[in-house]
Amino acid sequence: MSAGETILVALIAIIAAPLVGGLLSGIDRKLSARMQSRWGPPLLQPFYDVAKLFQKETIVVRRSQNFYVYFFFAFMVFTTGLFFTGSDLLLTIFALTLAGIFLVLAAYKASSPYSFLGAERELLLMMAYEPMVLLTAVGMYLVTRSFIVVDVARSSVLLIQTLPGIFVGFVFILLFKLRKSPFDLSVSHHAHQEIVRGLTTEFTGPTLALIEIAHWYETAVVLGIVALFFAAVPWLAAVATAAVFFFLILVDNVFARVKWQLALGSAWIVALALGVGNILVVYFIR
Amino acid sequence: MNLQKWTSDTNSGILHLRSPPLSTLLFLIGFPLVVAVILISARGMAARSVVVVFAAIVIAAAALSLVLPRAAFMEASIALPMESIEKGVFVLELALAAFIFYLGIRHTRHFVSLLALLQAGLAVTTQVLYGRTVTVATPLAADKFSLIMAVIVGVVGSLIAVYSVGYMKAYHEHHREFPDRRPLFFFLQFIFLAAMFGIFFSNSLSLLLFFWEVTTLCSFLLIGYNGSTESRAKAYLALTYNLLGGLSFAGAILYLSATTGVVEMDRLVSMQRDLALIPAALLAFAGMTKSAQLPFSSWLLGAMVAPTPVSALLHSSTMVKAGVYLVLRLAPLLRGTLAGTMVALIGGITFLVASLIAISQSDAKRVLAWSTIANLGLIVLCGGIGTYEALWAGILLIIFHAVTKALLFLCVGTYEQKTNTRDIESMTGLIVTMPKLSIMIQVGIAGMFLAPFGMLVSKWAVLRAIVDSNPLLVVFVVFGSSATLFFWVKWMGKLIQVTEVRPADEKGIATRQWIALSTLAALTIALVGFYPVISSQLIEPYVRSLYGMVTTISQGNLIIMSIMLGLVALFPVTFFIYRRKVRVVDAYLGGGNVDSSTRFQGAAGEVKTMEMRNYYLEKIFGERRLLVIGSIACVAVIFVMFGVAL
Repeated sequence: MSAGETILVALIAIIAAPLVGGLLSGIDRKLSARMQSRWGPPLLQPFYDVAKLFQKETIVVRRSQNFYVYFFFAFMVFTTGLFFTGSDLLLTIFALTLAGIFLVLAAYKASSPYSFLGAERELLLMMAYEPMVLLTAVGMYLVTRSFIVVDVARSSVLLIQTLPGIFVGFVFILLFKLRKSPFDLSVSHHAHQEIVRGLTTEFTGPTLALIEIAHWYETAVVLGIVALFFAAVPWLAAVATAAVFFFLILVDNVFARVKWQLALGSAWIVALALGVGNILVVYFIR
Repeated sequence: MNLQKWTSDTNSGILHLRSPPLSTLLFLIGFPLVVAVILISARGMAARSVVVVFAAIVIAAAALSLVLPRAAFMEASIALPMESIEKGVFVLELALAAFIFYLGIRHTRHFVSLLALLQAGLAVTTQVLYGRTVTVATPLAADKFSLIMAVIVGVVGSLIAVYSVGYMKAYHEHHREFPDRRPLFFFLQFIFLAAMFGIFFSNSLSLLLFFWEVTTLCSFLLIGYNGSTESRAKAYLALTYNLLGGLSFAGAILYLSATTGVVEMDRLVSMQRDLALIPAALLAFAGMTKSAQLPFSSWLLGAMVAPTPVSALLHSSTMVKAGVYLVLRLAPLLRGTLAGTMVALIGGITFLVASLIAISQSDAKRVLAWSTIANLGLIVLCGGIGTYEALWAGILLIIFHAVTKALLFLCVGTYEQKTNTRDIESMTGLIVTMPKLSIMIQVGIAGMFLAPFGMLVSKWAVLRAIVDSNPLLVVFVVFGSSATLFFWVKWMGKLIQVTEVRPADEKGIATRQWIALSTLAALTIALVGFYPVISSQLIEPYVRSLYGMVTTISQGNLIIMSIMLGLVALFPVTFFIYRRKVRVVDAYLGGGNVDSSTRFQGAAGEVKTMEMRNYYLEKIFGERRLLVIGSIACVAVIFVMFGVAL
């Protein structure tokens, strides 16, 4: 791609990703409602919510707390651009982590006990899922011999065939990444959160709207990584990604929240058994 | 990362030799010695301060002069009247051993005496049996790797010396119970610097061992500086472990003399690998003791009893870097061997275990110590893998770590000097009470693990190097990195969290200390921009000269990282829109706030104060348990390493 094309693709991704992510969020709410025998809000409700949030007053505990959220948002947009222009997968992951750290710092900065607990738990969850995310990149590299998203996407090998363990492990930690129950310890979209709204307790109005939009971006990026496993067969990629998304919603509605010990332990065991196990198999068979 | 590879046939023509002047190398070893002698006789604070600052500037300038103006020069070796040098060094070595022997007898540390005796025995045996037949053509030499190390020590070590002047004054005002032996302190500090330069410029292994042992002795004396029972015990711990390494080193020299007659670094690394594997394992072992790899980590933690500049000196730029320097030197010999894999495994285990233990630490200095051990483990891992990619990553790690860790140590020392504590929990609201210091600590922390700063770039390179050689080692890196993220961010969170507004107070910190701190902070940031130049001018030529191939970060990724750095650099801009129109309220405390964000009404109507403490997860990541597991694993791997080398 030339520099101009790259910028164009990045712009399209940056505009389209939140639209897709917001729509997915609407589908999520609709499906969740149906699973709970409710009718549920309109499909576009997430957009209405965000639009309304932008009209609200900004209330803070610490004057600088919102700045961290702006940087969280900026880096999430940046990560989206990186991923969909097909840059380096590891670099994309690092940028995603950096974004996540800004959100945690925002919660620390707010200096309220609930947001503080949310921040601590979010950090713990990051520590839990990070190994599996990195192992996913390593696994893709071992099969395609490239860390570049474009190369992975254009590879003629159907990655799921050689990386089934890594795929399952990655879907597992998506529950963490997208803050789905049973791993929504730090902040939850369900009403039954024992630490109020955790991470986002002290964020209001436009700032909260930005956190929500950033979450849409994040959804688009991680589902993009899911699609990479099936990239060799595009229609399969679409079907599989949709199926994974449905699966995440199902799990979200079926399981109750677990304690952090179980969250950390299960994520690391999954990463070791499925992630590392799969990598060893690929390495020694090749 | 997208790595570019070059083979030697396209680029072999660039080796036009232009040696660094012998005089500069000798000057860098000799000048600190002279300064040391002046300092031990200088009694006044003013005189000492002038001498230290002047010497620091001269040393840093001399070290920089080696690399700055002549980007083109390559390896150079210098012929010296080696016979007299060898003899002199031999005598000095025996004198060192005798001194350590005497110390051990005097303080009834018989094991130390025994180690000194054994090492002297090995040295004498080598000299008597092979002294005449085994010759050294180039005792001193400097290639680009040596120069990189020299610049690190010259710049970072000098800054630490400058910092020490102010710090030690305050130290003795706070600790009246300790005798004021500052002349000795500064004497040792500069001897240390001289010995470090000696290590990097030595090509003769026996010369290298001599300087190696000088740093061991200096660290022993510096750790035991304040003369308390505790510090003496820790000093002996450090001495014992380092002497074990020295013994192994002396054994390597004896073995080499007996079998091949090659006792020079440059000839050793170009030897046939099966011949050199045993000495390589012995030398790697020496490197691992010096770099405090498991199971030898406890001496580095014990070294925390010393005044902070000593910790900084030992941890960041000098002492421990000598160990990993040696291991990285051996990279070509270790590459692809089972013994090398074992070295890498020890590094990997150390990285993982030390990172996990750091989670459970609330003492800032101990967090830094464990993080140092972890990062040294990562460098040892690079040396053990030994491919050109790994070597490149390892050297990069050394550079970034030296600067960033020195900054963090000196910051924590400053904090302790001001508050008499170094508990991370007490740092709540530091951004308000000590804004400048807090920002510098944050720069240091960001430098240690965040994209796009240096350490992350290096870790990225390490990851890339591992997947190409031994994906099993990936486990250690990915889990260790995740732990790293956890303990750094929660510390950073503490710094920015503000529960009550207190006035700022940063008085009483000497200007020289601020100069050292801000220079290091500026370097931490500047290195992100400069490292491609350092890589292309110094690291890549060195790696290419050994492997004929080299690796670097692609242009595209460099641009991406520059954008990231630019974005992060925008953060301070937010200070200017600080007083924007927002409504400020108290934090949510379940609706029971009592006039503040910190006090609330409890269930029985009583007023309580809320507290926020970080997670340390001691039950899972407790030091004692993990240390035992890690040490046992590493001891086993060390045995396997020697077993497969034989």
